[in-house]
Amino acid sequence: MLAGLALMGGQAGAAPTPPPGSPRGGNAAQHGAGIVSKTDLQVWRAEGDGNGRLGRYKPARRPGYYGIGTVPSAAQIAGWTIAVPPGGADLPSGSGTAAAGAAVYASDCAMCHGAFGEGAHDYPALAGGVGSLGGSSPERTVGSYWPYATTVWDYINRAMPFYAPHTLKPDQVYALTAYILNMNGVTRSDWVADAASVPLVRMPNRDGFDWSDPRPVTHNTACMEACVRPSSIRITSSAVTMHLTPRMTGPVDHMKSGQ
Amino acid sequence: MTKRNRRDVFRLGAAAGATVIAGSVRGARGAAPPADNAWSNSLGHGVDGKPYGSPSPFEKSVVRRYVPWLSPTRDADASMTPLQDQPGIITSNGLFFERYHAGLPQVDPKAFRLMISGRVKRPLLLTLDQLMRYPSVSRIHFIECPANGATEWPAAQLNSLQLTHGMIGCAEWTGVLLSTLLDEAGLYSDSRWVCATGSDGAHMNRSLPMMKCLDDCMIAWGQNGEAVRPEQGYPARLVVPGWQGNVNVKWLRQIEVGPEPWMTREETSEYSELLADGTSLGFTWVMDAKSVITFPCPERPLTQGPGFYEIRGLAWSGRGKVRHVDVSLDGGVNFQRARLDHPILDKCLTRFTLPWWWDGKDALIQSRVTDETGYVQPTIVQKHRFWGADPVYGNNAIQTWQVLASGAVNNVQLS
Ligand code: HEC
Repeated sequence: MLAGLALMGGQAGAAPTPPPGSPRGGNAAQHGAGIVSKTDLQVWRAEGDGNGRLGRYKPARRPGYYGIGTVPSAAQIAGWTIAVPPGGADLPSGSGTAAAGAAVYASDCAMCHGAFGEGAHDYPALAGGVGSLGGSSPERTVGSYWPYATTVWDYINRAMPFYAPHTLKPDQVYALTAYILNMNGVTRSDWVADAASVPLVRMPNRDGFDWSDPRPVTHNTACMEACVRPSSIRITSSAVTMHLTPRMTGPVDHMKSGQ
Repeated sequence: MTKRNRRDVFRLGAAAGATVIAGSVRGARGAAPPADNAWSNSLGHGVDGKPYGSPSPFEKSVVRRYVPWLSPTRDADASMTPLQDQPGIITSNGLFFERYHAGLPQVDPKAFRLMISGRVKRPLLLTLDQLMRYPSVSRIHFIECPANGATEWPAAQLNSLQLTHGMIGCAEWTGVLLSTLLDEAGLYSDSRWVCATGSDGAHMNRSLPMMKCLDDCMIAWGQNGEAVRPEQGYPARLVVPGWQGNVNVKWLRQIEVGPEPWMTREETSEYSELLADGTSLGFTWVMDAKSVITFPCPERPLTQGPGFYEIRGLAWSGRGKVRHVDVSLDGGVNFQRARLDHPILDKCLTRFTLPWWWDGKDALIQSRVTDETGYVQPTIVQKHRFWGADPVYGNNAIQTWQVLASGAVNNVQLS
């Protein structure tokens, strides 16, 4: 039976058994213990294991049962394992300062995000708004809103610059992280960003999130008759008066003037 | 029939067709019926005319459309499904809404690799052919962007069903249950979270709690009778039934397992909701129950005067099945139970209808779904009470269409 399966699975049956776990991915500490608040960690653990259901989970088959596929090499895993959790697991070596970041930012980022991170041409602002979230015109930026500095490193590394994502070197990403955090007044201008320091940055809005979904929070009833007084029904807004709708027939309307 | 004979028959047919076309042009004797239409007197294209079919040229207007003022660039934007032209619960693959964070990647299926790594006993690297050898399932589910209806939070703004409700699509997805692959890799007791990553330029990634992954998530390579479309994640995407569209990672390349979530940009900066008191809600994955009348609607007014019309619409819930849909013709004073069409499936669009003898007067029509958990779709006023005046995500409020005596239909909001 086993031999037959290995045959069906082709090369996978012959693949070496790797050590438990994998070279990448991080342990609990590297995932944020000590950096994330206890409350948030508790919520995440309960969500992740389905309030204990994971402990009772019975796999339908043993690992490697089908034997289809290969075991990736450590280098293959490392190349694609770029996600950095709050504890900093999988941050590469390297470092950078705000001064070094300013140069990269001016050449690769400012045209879209503005010279001072204020945003340009409707592209998102990267700085400002710290302390504004509870006010009448809240501004969500890296500085005011993002709970973890590791996300700044991770997102610049994976997705920016927009036209050439994942092409920056680790030192450049560290430098840009230092520059953007400094623009937001979160770190000082002489702060050095590296794998050890980035996870330790305490972001202003770190504890501003509730990660446990409180819904349902609206409670309508399936009333069938005389649900509201007819005289109380008033039209409060009508889209036809707003003039925001593109033409909905014919070729796609790009709403460019002169079209 | 020999080759020669068949060719002769063809020649004959073509000649006959030419004669008839000439005849009908010459005749032009009035309307059909009683006359024939031109296509009834001619020979059409053969089976080799269109190896991959497309809609009738008369359906040219039925296309995905977007709101040009929403995003600075089309590469990080969304387009919407024309629900006003979707007859049933299945969304045509060519009309399924799009959402990109770095444009549409053209993935070469030969170069496709799926990696299962991190806190697993036996990491796995699969080619597409290998992925497709695993035991498979086929299920019909909707996928809805949580920003569907975002423009309508502060007021009725867009006079369109497509642009207010079209960031949803429903398809038959075929693929491998994620639990099959996670079992194959082997989990540890602290393998609590999964990070799904796409191979687009954004390397779009989201954290997902393990129990959801083991419950009903799948890696789909089939969509409505063909390979998953590039716009939907070709050659393989994650399907997370009932949860916000963004976690259904497209152009999937990695399933990483770890003890805690990664807190990616798309689950912190985006897809989280800032409330009036300055605190925010994150990880609001489930799409609450919602329904909308798809006929009549702003794009499909009543053009034939008073009389019989069938009100038609769609309802769905990320928490399970639709239990019933109620329709009001008077702005929510009274409701009538709509008829539901089968199939009524888990986390899937459900079609409803209600016969209506329109008296030609103004009407305010609404639909309201109740799902199998007993949750009742709320009004926009009820939504504002908790979420404030101007949030972004999760607008599942009851939609009011104002039908005017002219038959025109407008998007309005009521007090
Ligand atoms: C061509 C324009 C462009 C350039 C150049 C560019 N970005 Fe961006 N940036 C974007 C767009 C568009 C988004 C939003 C993408 C999305 O929503 O999916 C974004 C988002 C971001 C965000 C997240 C903002 C938020 O609040 O969520 C950060 C951080 C960022 N960019 C940093 C950078 C850095 C650092 C560089 C330079 C290396 C850079 N960007 C270069 C267009 C650009």
